[in-house]
Amino acid sequence: MGMRGPLPGPIADDPGLALATDEIVMVGPAPSIRSMARARRRAIRRRVWQEFRRSRSGMVGMVALILFGAVAILAPVLFPEDTLAVTKATGGLMSPPSPGYPLGTDESGRSILALIVWGARASLVVGLTATMMSMVIGTVVGVMAGHFTGWAGVVLNRFLDWFLVIPFIPLAIVLATVLGASLLNIIIVIGVTSWPGTARLVRAQTLSVSARPYLERARALGGGDLHQMTRHVLPNVMPIVLANTTLMVALAILSETTLSFLGLGDPLRPSWGAILDGAFTNGAMTVGAWWYVLPPGLCVVAVVLAFTLIGRALEAIVDPRQQEVR
Amino acid sequence: MGPGTRYALRSIASGLGTLLFVVVFNFFLFRLLPGDPIGLYTRGRNVPPEQIAALRAELYKPIAEQFLTYLANPLATTINSARYNRPVWELICERIGATLLLVGTATVLAAVIGTWIGIRAAWKRGQRFDKVSTAVTLTLYAMPEFWLGMLLLITFGVGIGVLPGMFPIGGIRTPGVDASSLAGWLDIVWHMVLPVTTLMFTYLAEYALVMRASLIDEMGQDYLTVARAKGLLDRTVRRRHAVPNAILPTITLIFLNLGFVVSGAITVETVFSWPGLGLLSYEALRGPDIALLQAIFLLFSFGVIVANIIADLLYAVLDPRVRS
Amino acid sequence: MGAPPALEFRDVHITYRMREGDIPAVRGVSLSLPAGSSLGIAGESGSGKSTLIFAVLRLQPKSARVTGKVLVDGEDVMAMSFNRLRALRWAGASIVFQGALHGLNPIQRVGAQIAEPISVHEPKLGRTEVGRRVGELLEQVGLAVARGRAYPHQLSGGQRQRVMIAMALACRPRIVVADEPTTALDLMVQAQVLTVLTDLVDQLGLTLVLISHDLPVLANTCRQAAVMYAGRVVETGPSAEVFERAAHPYSRALAAAFPRIGDPRFRYAPAGLPGDPPFPADVVQGCPFAPRCPVARPDCVTRDISLEQIAPGRLVACRYPLVGSAEPRPHAAPAAASTGEGA
Repeated sequence: MGMRGPLPGPIADDPGLALATDEIVMVGPAPSIRSMARARRRAIRRRVWQEFRRSRSGMVGMVALILFGAVAILAPVLFPEDTLAVTKATGGLMSPPSPGYPLGTDESGRSILALIVWGARASLVVGLTATMMSMVIGTVVGVMAGHFTGWAGVVLNRFLDWFLVIPFIPLAIVLATVLGASLLNIIIVIGVTSWPGTARLVRAQTLSVSARPYLERARALGGGDLHQMTRHVLPNVMPIVLANTTLMVALAILSETTLSFLGLGDPLRPSWGAILDGAFTNGAMTVGAWWYVLPPGLCVVAVVLAFTLIGRALEAIVDPRQQEVR
Repeated sequence: MGPGTRYALRSIASGLGTLLFVVVFNFFLFRLLPGDPIGLYTRGRNVPPEQIAALRAELYKPIAEQFLTYLANPLATTINSARYNRPVWELICERIGATLLLVGTATVLAAVIGTWIGIRAAWKRGQRFDKVSTAVTLTLYAMPEFWLGMLLLITFGVGIGVLPGMFPIGGIRTPGVDASSLAGWLDIVWHMVLPVTTLMFTYLAEYALVMRASLIDEMGQDYLTVARAKGLLDRTVRRRHAVPNAILPTITLIFLNLGFVVSGAITVETVFSWPGLGLLSYEALRGPDIALLQAIFLLFSFGVIVANIIADLLYAVLDPRVRS
Repeated sequence: MGAPPALEFRDVHITYRMREGDIPAVRGVSLSLPAGSSLGIAGESGSGKSTLIFAVLRLQPKSARVTGKVLVDGEDVMAMSFNRLRALRWAGASIVFQGALHGLNPIQRVGAQIAEPISVHEPKLGRTEVGRRVGELLEQVGLAVARGRAYPHQLSGGQRQRVMIAMALACRPRIVVADEPTTALDLMVQAQVLTVLTDLVDQLGLTLVLISHDLPVLANTCRQAAVMYAGRVVETGPSAEVFERAAHPYSRALAAAFPRIGDPRFRYAPAGLPGDPPFPADVVQGCPFAPRCPVARPDCVTRDISLEQIAPGRLVACRYPLVGSAEPRPHAAPAAASTGEGA
């Protein structure tokens, strides 16, 4: 479909990103293999972005994310850091929204809106870094587990299967308890406990990619394991992994919220889960302080939903099966 | 020995292997992490000095000996919880029933309703039901379950505005009601409504999304066109051919998830003060009560492994291709 | 006078409405098939053959729009009520689908799948009677009755295809359409399956439509042939004629792609046809085959083309149809008369 002639190399073999030769415009003297590959990658990125723009839900998610990102970055500008200090709080105690406090106050009189704006930082930072960590570990383990046969492969696969079984939240709780509560530790905990999911996906993708003929060609030409894995398997696995990564960020943010709610988050930094923990332990529900409960949760839903929508839009582009033909 | 039996035995053996791994992993997890182990055990608690000395003696034994002691008793039937000063195992046994009741009911409801939504959304793809249900399920999927619980609690438990609080705000039964009478059972059910609803919405989202995706995949298959060509009604094609094939991955997912629903249980039980393992974990966290946490962790892992084995076996029963 | 033709297409257009625009898959096809005869439809993938015959049972997807008439025994399938359509499906006309693994429900035994249409169309039959019929059908296609208990993945490709044939005959239809029944099978099995099909058609006096991209198969099993290209019929006639003395350049190229062993004309590499069929969405002026046609002339691209009769029973959509058999190759030995035997 759409391919005028077979192009050498892994990316062209991927039917989901079929590229006709005339999409690449070459100017100047005869191009090297590397610059051809670069141009091809650029063309693919452009194509992906064009496809993505057509997905309404994906674009909504992206806009929402940009908004939240801007708020997180501008937090110190919107609310100076000292307004978060319990000692400097000047509002009434757990009082409903009022002109000076658009989202009301918590039990110490701090503005909930300020807490939420600063909380965006924790959620986004943890979500993104923990996922990057988990993605790196997961991709490395997954590619190796899918690629190696023989005893190395068996050991790796067993290892992965075992880790897949360990329930995430209890392990995260245990680790967080023992390591202590800090932002870095939360990132480590989430990164270390969520890599098996990525690894399993990467392994499956590696196995399906390994069945393709160009890998045999590479082997016949003398490409060693590392060469095969980095130059052939990895570029073909990356599209699905990247689409999956956005969904992983969504899960990471939910995990951070849960861990913070359970009291395992950094006590010095506001985060949406910690706000909800404050609401819970201070009986906000029994007095009907809905302003303490509703907004932080809404923010979590909005950000997680944004990442989910983007992830689904990317998956639809990368996975050729889901294209609506017939 | 037929291929089916061989497959079953292989599943169970594999599960036992993983069990062993988890037991060993559990042991080392608490031993090799940084920090003073004595401090961990006694953090925040007033522990009598003889107990500290005994603990210290215990912990400075050679690792091999500690390991064997642990292996003999991984679920800590005799070790006391630091917080409650009762055997850990006893505490677990007390609380597990409540969790099973809560999680079990929620899972059954979520599975039935979620699958129905997913099937309907896929079969009528692109129409209003699909668009609305997908939007709703995606939003539910993005919601922290304890937040949903808190909202339900405020709205229906405490009452908001003119709406009176209709449901209890916590616990499993009202004090004073005879637990074994019919009124007692109804009382429990009344207490169950809010937490079960919370968990149900949480689980339902994923089941609906997976079922929908699975059925959409299946709908592209040729044998469905063949079925229609034979003169079958659309709904018969769906019921007899499409759904049984599409539901296989969903069923597997439901059972695999059973092992992981613990996370939802912990936070929701906390919000509703539901006296189950989840609440116990939360209390152990606050300690921190390491012995209790360790035993609960092990139990949760066991649960996942057992659920995995059941999922494997069930798949073999339902899909003849797996058996050969 | 005569009974209406068993199957008739009158100026049928089928267009898929997609997000990117309309894709015309079938563009003005008219064919007529008297009862008891056999028609082979040939063409490459994307020529619209499968789309066309799916319309016989109104199986096209909802995104497809059909104009023109599709008549089965004189009744318009598109205008039928749903109940009438259900009665037609399988009991009036049936389709032998490709028996690849996806044509059968993977988690249901094949016997049950053969029995299913019988229960639908003859609900009063008891289970034993239905079982007996299934056994009969399996024997007719050369499979052991016990095979009915098997699951599709336990059967070989040829066996699955025979199950599809048995299934298609379950309700004793008058018309049978076979969609690429031998693709994906190796040659030996192909021959077996074709024999089964043609024997049954002869025995039961069915009207057969056979679709294939493989011309020799068509020439061997069907009396008439029609060649489709880019959604249009470009040539019709007796199948031996169409294969041996193709008048349309495309038919000739298609026939030339299947070398016959022993025929010295094919001693050298068979001539393939470079290029691809046009994208259905590309609206083409003039003859759609012109860009690839080895003997195209300038006005082929500018002037539209339609089917014209060049001999009794022979229609061609070409302004400069070829005559005679394929030219002998320059270095070939004196051509031996070919006898038209296929694979």
